[in-house]
Amino acid sequence: MFEFDHPTVLFYNSLSRRLDATTWNEPIRVDYGERLIHLLSTICPERILNAKETQASTWVYVVGDISYFSILLFLLGILNECYSGSYKSSLLFSWLSSQKIRRETVLMADNEDDDSQQRVNEGDYVVLKRGDIYKAVQIQKKKKTVFEKQWFFLDNAVGELYGTTFEVVSGGTLQPRKPKHVEHAADAKEAGTDNRHILDDGKSQKLTRDDIETLKEQGLKGQEIVQQLIENSTTFRDKTEFAQEKYIKKKKKKYENSVMVLRPSCRILAMMYHGREPGKICHLRYDTLAQMLTLGNIHAGSKVLVFETCAGLVLGAVMERMGGYGSVVQMYPGGGPVRAGVESFGFPPHFNETLHEFPIQHVNALLAGTLDTDAKDIDAGRSPTSEGQEKKVRMEEKRKKLAAAAVLLQGRNADGLVIASRFHPCPVLLGLIKFLAPSRPFVVYSQYKEPLIECYTKLREQGGAVSLRLTDSWIRHYQVLPNRTHPVLLMSGGGGYLLSGTTVTTDTPKVNTEPTSVEEPAAKRVKLEEETE
Amino acid sequence: MSFVEYSEFIQEGDVAIIFLGHDSMMPIKVQQGAQTQTRYGVIRHSKDLIGQRFGTKVTCSKGGWVYVLHPTPELWTLNLPHRTQILYTTDIANITMMLELKPGSVVCESGTGSGSLSHAILRTIAPTGHLHTVEFHQQRAEKAAEEFREHRVGHLVTVRNQDVCKEGFGVTGVADAVFLDIPSPWEAIQHAKSAMKKQGGRVCSFSPCIEQVQKTCEALAGQGFEEISTVEVLLRVHEVRSITLPLPDFGPDKPLETPTDTRIPSNASVLCKTTTPPREMAGHTGYLTFATKPRIHCLFYLQFVYFGLIMWI
Repeated sequence: MFEFDHPTVLFYNSLSRRLDATTWNEPIRVDYGERLIHLLSTICPERILNAKETQASTWVYVVGDISYFSILLFLLGILNECYSGSYKSSLLFSWLSSQKIRRETVLMADNEDDDSQQRVNEGDYVVLKRGDIYKAVQIQKKKKTVFEKQWFFLDNAVGELYGTTFEVVSGGTLQPRKPKHVEHAADAKEAGTDNRHILDDGKSQKLTRDDIETLKEQGLKGQEIVQQLIENSTTFRDKTEFAQEKYIKKKKKKYENSVMVLRPSCRILAMMYHGREPGKICHLRYDTLAQMLTLGNIHAGSKVLVFETCAGLVLGAVMERMGGYGSVVQMYPGGGPVRAGVESFGFPPHFNETLHEFPIQHVNALLAGTLDTDAKDIDAGRSPTSEGQEKKVRMEEKRKKLAAAAVLLQGRNADGLVIASRFHPCPVLLGLIKFLAPSRPFVVYSQYKEPLIECYTKLREQGGAVSLRLTDSWIRHYQVLPNRTHPVLLMSGGGGYLLSGTTVTTDTPKVNTEPTSVEEPAAKRVKLEEETE
Repeated sequence: MSFVEYSEFIQEGDVAIIFLGHDSMMPIKVQQGAQTQTRYGVIRHSKDLIGQRFGTKVTCSKGGWVYVLHPTPELWTLNLPHRTQILYTTDIANITMMLELKPGSVVCESGTGSGSLSHAILRTIAPTGHLHTVEFHQQRAEKAAEEFREHRVGHLVTVRNQDVCKEGFGVTGVADAVFLDIPSPWEAIQHAKSAMKKQGGRVCSFSPCIEQVQKTCEALAGQGFEEISTVEVLLRVHEVRSITLPLPDFGPDKPLETPTDTRIPSNASVLCKTTTPPREMAGHTGYLTFATKPRIHCLFYLQFVYFGLIMWI
C-alpha cells in the first residue's frame, strides 16, 4: 500500500522530453506538456488523484508507490517518443493497458492551488454575461465598457477567476460578488390561490418611478431594490406562489446590475452573435453552426477550407475544433480576409500558425497552374524611400503567405470544406470543391433555400459528390419548472439551410455523360492569365 | 484509416463504408482475401479495395458500381450495428457544441450503448483528450471496447463496466464535460459533479420523456448547477424535386381578333425546382438538458477534501 502523505508526483518536461517522479512534498514546476495526463489517464486512470496543466507545467498527482511509477515512467518515456510520431504506438498502448492495476479508492487531494491559467489577464478576450445576454470584449485598463445600457470599467476583473460574478457599483467599478446562498426574498410564504382578486389598475405598486431612482442613487443593490418593490406592492401577497416567483424573477432581471466574466467559447459566441447581431453572421443560428461542424467532420489534424462572411465566427468555430492541429485555409473574397470574430475566441498564439488565407480571385489561376507566387513585385525596383521599403516588405510577406496557402491547396487534397456566406453558394461550392480529396465531407450554409436547390441540382449533374442532403434545423427551448413545464412561448422561426455531402472521384473508366470539371476551364485559363499579370 | 485521422488509401484491417446509392450504405472490414456481397455483385477486397483511394468507384461482379468511403463518425452513426437505441447526428452536433468539446477535452459518458456518440466525441477530443465511458451491460461494454480498438481510437478511451448511478464514472475531478443517456439521470448527477474538474464544466442529459427531464432539472438545481436549459432539436430534410405544374386555361380574355393568335394551349405547364418534405420524419428523439457546473469556491472545496479524507481514513 501507499502512504497518503507522500503520494508520487509525476512531471513531464517537454524540453528535455523527460518524465520523472518525485514525492508529494516538492511539486516541481516543469515545462508545458499536455500529453502526460492523457497518457496516464489511458494506462492507470484509477491512480490519478488530480492532474493540472498550466502554461508552464504539468503536474499529475497519483496514488501508488514510487517504484511502480519508476517502471511505468521508463515505458512512458519510450511511448512518448513514439506518440509524437502519430499513433504508431497502439501496440505499446494496449500492452500497457493490460497491465492495469486493481482499482483503488480515488481521492482528490489538492491543497496548494494553482489557478494562474484560470485568472483574467489584461488583454484577454472575455465574454460578459447577464441573464441570456452576452457581449465579447477585450480586457483593457481604464476603458469604459458599455453593456446593457450600463457602463463600467473592467480593471477590477484582472486577476480574478473566470466565472466570477461582479456587482457594478458607483463610479462604474466592478466588485466581485461573494458566493452566497440564494436568498429567498419572500421567506414568509404567504400566497393567494388564484388571480380572481387581482386588478390591473396600475395602482398596486406604491413606489413611484422617482422613488426607485432615489433608491438607486442611495446606492441600494439590485436585490435590495427588489425587496423594496415587494414590500411596497399591495398585491404581492395575493399572487399565487408561482406568480410571486415570476414577479421576483422579472424584477431581479430589471434591477440587478451584476455581470459575469466568462472565457469565450464557440457555444457562447455563436449564441451571442445570433442574439445581438444576426445580420453580421448571415442569420446563422447556433444549432445550424453545430450541424456544420459535425457534418464537416472538423477535427484536429485535418486540412479544412473555410469560405465565410460571418465576421469570422465560422472560421473561429472551425479553429476551435481543430485545437491548433492541422491547417485551416480561409478562402476570402475581396481585398482581405475578415475575421474580427476570430479574435473574440482568444486563441493562444500558436493557433495562428495553422491559419492560412487565399484570395478567391486567384482560385482559377491556381487550378490552371498559372498562379505565379515566385514572381517579384513588378514595381519593387523603383521605390527607394523607406515607405517604399516598408511596402516592399509587406508585399513580400503577402506573397509568402499566398505561396504557403497555394502549396496547401495545390495537392487538391483538403479534408473538409465549410461555406457560409452571403454570396451565391453555387459558384462558391463548385469552385472550391475541386480542392477536396475524394471521400471528404463538405457543408454549405445559406440563409435561403433556393440557391441551395440550384447547388444541389448542379452538383447532381456534374457528379463527384454523393449523400447530398438539403436540410434545416429546428430548435425549441423548454421551461422546466415543477408543474409548469412547457415549451418557451417564443421560438426562432428558422436558422438557415444546409447542403451537405461527400466527395467521390470523378475519374472513372465508366462513360460519363458530363465532361468532368477538371478539363473544362480551358477557355477561362486565358482570361485568368490576364488577371494575374 | 482511423476515426480521428484521414488516410488516402484503403489498407488491410480498415473499416470502409460501401455507398450503394440512395442513402443505402453498408460498413465492411477490409481483409485480404475476403469478399463482400452487394446487390450489384461481389466486391473482392484484395483486388477491388486494398491499395485503392478512398472515394473511388468500384465495379462489382454484376457490373454495377459502388463508392468506397472513408469512415467518419457521421457515416458510422448511419451504419453501426444497433445494440441499443442510438443518438443521431442532429443531437450529437448540438451535444458537441453545447458541451464545448474540443481537442484536449476530457469527457465522461454513460451509457456507452452502441457507441454512436462515443465515436463523435472521440473525433472531436483527439489527439489529446480522453473519454471515460461507463456501460453497465457487460457484453455491450466489451463490444464497444473492441470496436474502439478496431477503429484505432482505443488509446483515447477507457471503457468501464459498472453502474454509473451506484459507482459513478471511476474518475474524480478530471472531466470538462459529462454526458448522461441513462433511464434515471437524476441519480447520477452527484457522480457527474464529482467527476468534473473543480474549475467547473458542462453537463448534458438526454431523455426521451419530459418526466425524466423534470427530475433531472431538479437534481441539477439541487446540486448547484447553473444555466440549466432544456432544448429539443429536429432535422428537417428537404427533398429536391423537379415538378411540373399544369397551367389552367381560362379561355381567351378578349375575343380573338384573328384565329391564328397565339394563346396558351390547354396542356401548358410549368417546370419548377422545389423541395418537398419527406412523408414522415423523426418528430421526437429526446430532450437535451444542458447545465454548467460552476467553479467550486475554495471554502466549499476544502470541506469536500476534508470529507474525502475522513471517508478514506
